[in-house]
Amino acid sequence: MRVPRYWRNLPFIYRLSGWRCVECGAFHPVKPIVCSRCRSSEFQEAELPKTGRLIAYTVLKSPPKGYEEQAPYIVGLVELDDGTRLISQIVDVSEDELKEDMRVEAVFRRLRSNDERDVIEYGYKFRPVID
Amino acid sequence: MGRVYVAGVGLTKVAEHWERSLENLMAEAAVAAVRDAGVSGVDAIYVGNMVGEVLQEQAHLGAIISEAIGMNGVPAFRVEASEASGAAALYSASMEIAAGRADAVLVVGGEKLSDGLAEEVESALMMGGRNDQVAAAGASFLSLNALLYRLYIRHHDSSEEEVAMFPVLSHEHAAGVPHAQYPFKITLDKVMASPYVAKPLRRFETAGIGDGAAALLLVGERLAGKLDSPKTELHIAASTDYLSPFDREDPLFFSALARAANEALRYAGIERGEIGIIELHDATSIMAALSLESSGFSGKGQAGKMAHAGEFNLNGTYPVNTFGGLKARGHPIGATAIYQVAELHLQLTNRAGKNQVDGRKAGMAQSLGGVAATAVVTVLKQA
Amino acid sequence: MVRVDDVAIHGYGGYIPVYRIRAVEIAKVWGTDERELPVEEKTVAGPDEDAATMSVEAARYALRRAGINPKQIGAIHVGSESKPYAVKPTGTIVAEAIGAGPKVSASDLEFACKAGTEALQFVAGLVSSGRIEYGLAIGADTAQGRPGDALEYTAASGAAAFVVGRMDERAVAAMEAWTSYVTDTPDFWRRAHERYPSHTARFTGQPAYFRHIIGAVKQLLDEDGYSLDDVDYVVFHQPNVKFPLAAAKALKIPLEKLKTGLVSGFLGNTYAACSLLGLVRVLDHAKPGERILLASYGSGAGSDAYIFRVLDGIEEKRDKAPRLDALIERKRYVSYATYARFRGKINMG
Repeated sequence: MRVPRYWRNLPFIYRLSGWRCVECGAFHPVKPIVCSRCRSSEFQEAELPKTGRLIAYTVLKSPPKGYEEQAPYIVGLVELDDGTRLISQIVDVSEDELKEDMRVEAVFRRLRSNDERDVIEYGYKFRPVID
Repeated sequence: MGRVYVAGVGLTKVAEHWERSLENLMAEAAVAAVRDAGVSGVDAIYVGNMVGEVLQEQAHLGAIISEAIGMNGVPAFRVEASEASGAAALYSASMEIAAGRADAVLVVGGEKLSDGLAEEVESALMMGGRNDQVAAAGASFLSLNALLYRLYIRHHDSSEEEVAMFPVLSHEHAAGVPHAQYPFKITLDKVMASPYVAKPLRRFETAGIGDGAAALLLVGERLAGKLDSPKTELHIAASTDYLSPFDREDPLFFSALARAANEALRYAGIERGEIGIIELHDATSIMAALSLESSGFSGKGQAGKMAHAGEFNLNGTYPVNTFGGLKARGHPIGATAIYQVAELHLQLTNRAGKNQVDGRKAGMAQSLGGVAATAVVTVLKQA
Repeated sequence: MVRVDDVAIHGYGGYIPVYRIRAVEIAKVWGTDERELPVEEKTVAGPDEDAATMSVEAARYALRRAGINPKQIGAIHVGSESKPYAVKPTGTIVAEAIGAGPKVSASDLEFACKAGTEALQFVAGLVSSGRIEYGLAIGADTAQGRPGDALEYTAASGAAAFVVGRMDERAVAAMEAWTSYVTDTPDFWRRAHERYPSHTARFTGQPAYFRHIIGAVKQLLDEDGYSLDDVDYVVFHQPNVKFPLAAAKALKIPLEKLKTGLVSGFLGNTYAACSLLGLVRVLDHAKPGERILLASYGSGAGSDAYIFRVLDGIEEKRDKAPRLDALIERKRYVSYATYARFRGKINMG
């Protein structure tokens, strides 16, 4: 990924920090011009909760470019405690241990392996909650 | 608004065309459509293509095609709407005719996926999702489909065996079709035994990688009467939705498709029950089921059951994918929607060969971009 | 060294990856006798983990325990010998990921296995001098041993992070005293473009590890007027199980005091995180009023020795994040083949 594009998304992909619509409460990873839900244009900076539940998951066998070395990996649909839904990799767990509604928490990981000369991309993934 | 007619079609075989370029494939289909219609020239050209910049490192396909078919001087643009790019080009082209600005417009859809490695194609197709966030997770189009598949099985009274009937159906209809990429039958057992690409989605429940181009020649009322070629009447509508299905109220309901289908029927002035043939966007088995349910041809969770009951066979209530659909005819992305409409045209003008479905007066093509974030629905009626 | 009584640990966090490889699994490949294995098993970082990601995990736990706003952190120093970049700080990645900065000083420190305790000195100094309110010190490594080398049995992955601030009633442990003992002793090194380190086998023992650990401990006790009877827990750098036990024996420290903080037998040597993970485990168990003696060792060579006094704040803060034992129990064994794949030992061209 080009560095400026990666860089300007860091607050969201590093720590799930974005913008919440003051009018309807919808969360947006990047500050929008208008809210896609209610069209209002007032937003407050907000961090998403770091825990949620796993709604559905799959094991991806044919990865997109840059993810080949991690495959096969688990892609999950996570619903955070505030109801926001995210697509994320689910790590530190094998497929047969996964359950629907399993509690998961955000972790900080490398996103894609790329050329040794490139910047390393980091961001969120989720894992089963450690108590 | 003036009426819009399809007056000519041209198709290449969907295949891995190692020795031919994207431009060359599109030119073949375009020239065939112009000849099929019997016109000498066109007023505008619209090109549908999704990933040419990535896999061919080539933009500016409008001017490239006008030159390739010897029609320099004609306005020509490329239109993009992810996997519905061909349909978006068709939409734009038909608007120009309906507005009375043009008498004959050429629409060409083309894609050449075999120039890319598998992982490059996965990445390129993921450009139809929101790349900064969803693709950064390493998610692919197929993995999103797999998540929908899981939710579908959980929330509806259905099973993988029911959903997996759609590839069987598409292959059944593709058998012996000259332009199909996979013109042979497969059994449900074979589909179920194929390896997972993203569980529960199996390899044979997904469309393959192929190259192809298709073209339509559209004409307005002024010209239609002067042409001898068989014609159908075209009505088209489109809608959009949140890019991620999981941002929608119900991820299992493609509301953009529902809206576009209702609108297209309204423009065509017919009821849903009058649709005699449906060309579905079966990029995956689950997309086929969700499409039929969202567009009102099946109850929720019922599409697979109806497929098993033969309702979508060539002699069923709603024959589906009569030349093999995305799964078996092939899914050369930007060309796919044009294949769908061209195939409806061949059916409604009694030129469908051994796959001819008789006695149907209208057909519907459903073209989706991403996970139905763009939906374009075309209704063709016998003219 | 002047005894300080105004600096304290406010939050701490240890992180180890979920993957483990048993020493016998490695021995199967290289034919080592089972009786000669230096540890039972060691941690293995996942394919998407590195010193930066593990630093962030440990830092998030430390912040949870400290209960402070990340914007109050004025310095982030990360000690590591396996920095993800040769040039580009890990500290900035940690700062962004925890929401600290931009008013923050950040740097990466290198001193083999004692880079983490070095970072602790740095931030404690900045707090003590009044330059910053809180500082974050981290030791993190995804250590690599050359396949087949003795180091391969122990070179492990982990991170430990500490939020240091002024002493107050919420603090978990006072940093009462510390000292450093450093000489130029080349027992282990890695040149700039080399992938795996070189070491001097038995020379890493007496003139290196033992001389510096024992030297640092004696120096600290002498300078600051402590006796070994004043400490309830002892944590030494633990490149294996044998060395810290031998060092304790030489100093006449009862085994009982070493046990809680001796984690190398089941974690391996996590390098810059190594002695600090021992400290984390002790903090998970210690009672207010108890004293902890810690001595790190970094090849090259040197040792930092510290005296911590556990404070009342520990009781309330301990369970605001998972204890190290929860992470120790959370484990998935991998084969040598998977380990080789995860740690980039398979040549992908």
